[in-house]
Amino acid sequence: MLRSSQPLTGPNRRRCREDELLLGTVLDEEERGFIIDTRSAQAAKQARMSGGGTEPKAFYPRWRRLHRPLERGRPLQESFIRLVEACNESSISMDRWLSRLESCRWLSHVKAALSTACLAAQCLDREKAKVLVHGAEGTDTTLLVTALAQLILEPSCRTLLGFQGLLEREWIEAGHPFHLRCAHSAYSHARLKQEAPLFLLFLDCVWQLSRQFPFSLEFSEHLLLTLFDSAYASAYGTFLCNSEKERCLCKVKENTHSLWAWLNQPGERKKYLNPLYTHNPLVIWPSVEPQSIQLWQGLFFRWIRSSQYLDEAWAEIQHLVESS
Amino acid sequence: VENVRLLDRLSSRKSALGTLYLTATHVIFVENDSEAHKETWILHSQISSIEKQATTATGCPLLIRCKNFQVIQLVIPQERDCHDVYISLIRLARPVKYEELYCFSFNPKLDKEEREQGWKLVDLSEEYNRMGIPNNYWQISDVNRDYGVCDSYPTEVYVPKSATAHIIVGSSKFRSRRRFPALSYYCKDNNASICRSSQPLSGFSARCLEDEQMLQAIRKANPGSDFIYVVDTRPKLNAMANRAAGKGYENEDNYSNIKFQFIGIENIHVMRNSLQKMLEVCELKSPSMSDFLWGLENSGWLKHIKAIMDAGIFIAKAVAEEGVSVLVHCSDGWDRTAQVCSVASILLDPYYRTMKGFMVLIEKDWVSFGHKFNHRYGNLDGDPKEISPVIDQFIECIWQLMEQFPCAFEFNERFLIHIQHHIYSCQFGNFLCNSQKERRELKVQERTYSLWAHLWKNRADYLNPLYRADHSQTRGTLHPQMAPCNFLYKFWSGMYNRFEKGLHPRQSVTDYLMAVKEETQQLEEELEVLGERLANLQKSQLNDGKVKSKQQDRSKRLGLSTSNNSLANTPQEYSNDLKSFPSRSPSQGDEEDSALILTQDNLKSSDPDLSANSDQESGVEDLSCRSPSGGGCLPSEDSGKDSDEAVFLAV
Repeated sequence: MLRSSQPLTGPNRRRCREDELLLGTVLDEEERGFIIDTRSAQAAKQARMSGGGTEPKAFYPRWRRLHRPLERGRPLQESFIRLVEACNESSISMDRWLSRLESCRWLSHVKAALSTACLAAQCLDREKAKVLVHGAEGTDTTLLVTALAQLILEPSCRTLLGFQGLLEREWIEAGHPFHLRCAHSAYSHARLKQEAPLFLLFLDCVWQLSRQFPFSLEFSEHLLLTLFDSAYASAYGTFLCNSEKERCLCKVKENTHSLWAWLNQPGERKKYLNPLYTHNPLVIWPSVEPQSIQLWQGLFFRWIRSSQYLDEAWAEIQHLVESS
Repeated sequence: VENVRLLDRLSSRKSALGTLYLTATHVIFVENDSEAHKETWILHSQISSIEKQATTATGCPLLIRCKNFQVIQLVIPQERDCHDVYISLIRLARPVKYEELYCFSFNPKLDKEEREQGWKLVDLSEEYNRMGIPNNYWQISDVNRDYGVCDSYPTEVYVPKSATAHIIVGSSKFRSRRRFPALSYYCKDNNASICRSSQPLSGFSARCLEDEQMLQAIRKANPGSDFIYVVDTRPKLNAMANRAAGKGYENEDNYSNIKFQFIGIENIHVMRNSLQKMLEVCELKSPSMSDFLWGLENSGWLKHIKAIMDAGIFIAKAVAEEGVSVLVHCSDGWDRTAQVCSVASILLDPYYRTMKGFMVLIEKDWVSFGHKFNHRYGNLDGDPKEISPVIDQFIECIWQLMEQFPCAFEFNERFLIHIQHHIYSCQFGNFLCNSQKERRELKVQERTYSLWAHLWKNRADYLNPLYRADHSQTRGTLHPQMAPCNFLYKFWSGMYNRFEKGLHPRQSVTDYLMAVKEETQQLEEELEVLGERLANLQKSQLNDGKVKSKQQDRSKRLGLSTSNNSLANTPQEYSNDLKSFPSRSPSQGDEEDSALILTQDNLKSSDPDLSANSDQESGVEDLSCRSPSGGGCLPSEDSGKDSDEAVFLAV
């Protein structure tokens, strides 16, 4: 699986031999590949007007392009804000709640993200084909898809350490602009242009996986909540800046501590483990039916309702597993 | 009928070829597949509707919808055969006499004494004793001993000490169906009680001295409070409309010391339609998130569930926190009243959250108090307007509570699902007819078997591993969050999509934890025994060796080894751009899952040979392999098979 940003085809249908060669060498003889473009066909076409575009079939003959539009940017942020508002409103009556939830569209985005990641995973696992994923910049929905696909396919990404490695690779080093995306939050009145909860959407999708495969992830919801917090504000430098280059310039590694170092301490890491975990060597295919996708109460109602009974249940599970 | 296809309802590509059999009690489809001969059994009692669809090139489709939400689609090659099957099923699914029902032919090979013992498992007089009755305030009355006062009530009713036979009889004449106020639950800690009745025949201005005395008697039976609540579970408009028909509700002016309260829960017709709409949403092919949420809201189903729950919470609060007795009624006092009283009881009393207690609760508030099982769930062919998912809603309320309070119930989701299944299956005699009187006339206990005994025998499958009797969650009253709480009500896909295995987590946490718990107990017992032996024997090394090998066995039996195929699952169809591609995952056997998703993009569509593929549809093999006993741990019916178990068995 490869990821990139959009080819700069432009309105004049520019070509780039090197790019064609590069993608050509990726494929074996006779092999075909898939390009998963996270923009709609129309949006991708329009991108040509501003210098971007898609890979023309004529120049990339052995690559089949699939469009799976995923929401990003401002609309995604709006969706998030609306959802948080809806969750905080205690006066919504039951006969309006679901339509209110629907109008936020957040769950639709979760469904779309999981579906696309599964598609990528299917290409690799079932079709044994190579996959290239890109959107526009290659820093948002692209990473969402590649990271999720790896969780689905690869058991080593589902361990506590493996997951950290996945985050380092597919989000941090890959250049997701955390500083811009997680600048304020859903409560902020300032609507920043570059703010968008892609990383949260990713964590939500991971939570959906953990619900559908309760034994297959070594880490617990608590880790996901901690990561969510850390992306916005943290005592550690792991999620600072927008790219490796910026982190170098700011000397992040010299001046701050790593979140992973903290999490992995023997005393700390216990809190982030899933007591039900057993190594599952197989691919985990989630159901993306609406019934299978639920609102992440642990996040969206975190401060609104007591999690006492659920915490007690987890403590009981822990106790049962440990005493065995 | 041979050469019938059983379609995977959601993926039209997948189908199984086999033979269809119709017996006196079941529809059976046996697959031709040479190895497994997988069977699907459906009890006629479970059939809700049969739809004959337009004949296509492949044959004549027949859609069977069941009361336990299973949906079967068959394609019968010959139109003539299809018609015959259709007509037969119509007749078989609408029995005219009770004797046609399965419970009268079901034979679990128990002797007469075992059958009797089974019926004695749940004893209501024991239950009222447990509550502390009879006592200074409450007594048992035999005024209805021949069903002379109220034919839908039991022979033994519990009434306030100061309610004489004269008062009871007088009150019964002023109540719809003569269902006078009687005790449902008594809280011995503070003497508050929950009583139930039907609506008074008050019209606009009628009064009845005895009825007023009856309510006073209820109040007097609780010295801790100087008033009682009267809760009418109907919407105010409906109750007012009833007044025009000479019925209605209690006027606070006429009844001294009552506080009257409406808690609007809709009637059986609204609920029937609500369920219908929700099932239509479930039958949508590849719904979007929008379709689903809009459809669910439009059905109003969760709103109704919440309304029932809210009523139960109100009553539980009145009893536990205010120490005030409550009289509950609706119109006839056998639907909403039953729901609300039993929800309140479960919130109040941890006993009803045990397995035995739950059976007792259903026996008390539903069976003995004359809930019309036959009419509501269609044991026999009857008026379709009487059909309504009343007890289903109650069962769902309990599931919603279980989700909010995972440690509070001794039983698990499967217990609830199996009870719902058997209310409709008529495999056991507990839920026949409309009243105790009718059941006794039919001699149900002499001629059929009790579901409770069957469930009790298999109780290991129904336990909640997180339940501990001394846990804080299990003691005292449950306090569900009142607001905000809309989000706490979830769609119960375990019930309404029960047979769509692709939708559910492949690995059952409940079963795993139960297995762990049992193994731990066994090991602890073994260790104790071995410890004793160690004290007696001299060769300690031998014993250590034995203990070690047991531990190895355990991890295998728990299915924790990595070579375990039951962890595998298959991808569903993830792209739903095109309407013709259903996006649910296969629910039965999956030898051709492959490139389905990609054919729309003009790829080669030939399916790679998957026989070598280790991913297999796992079915309930997962569950059985978790049992320490190693064998199929599903509660198997001894002779007849229930449809869901048969579907799973041969995988």
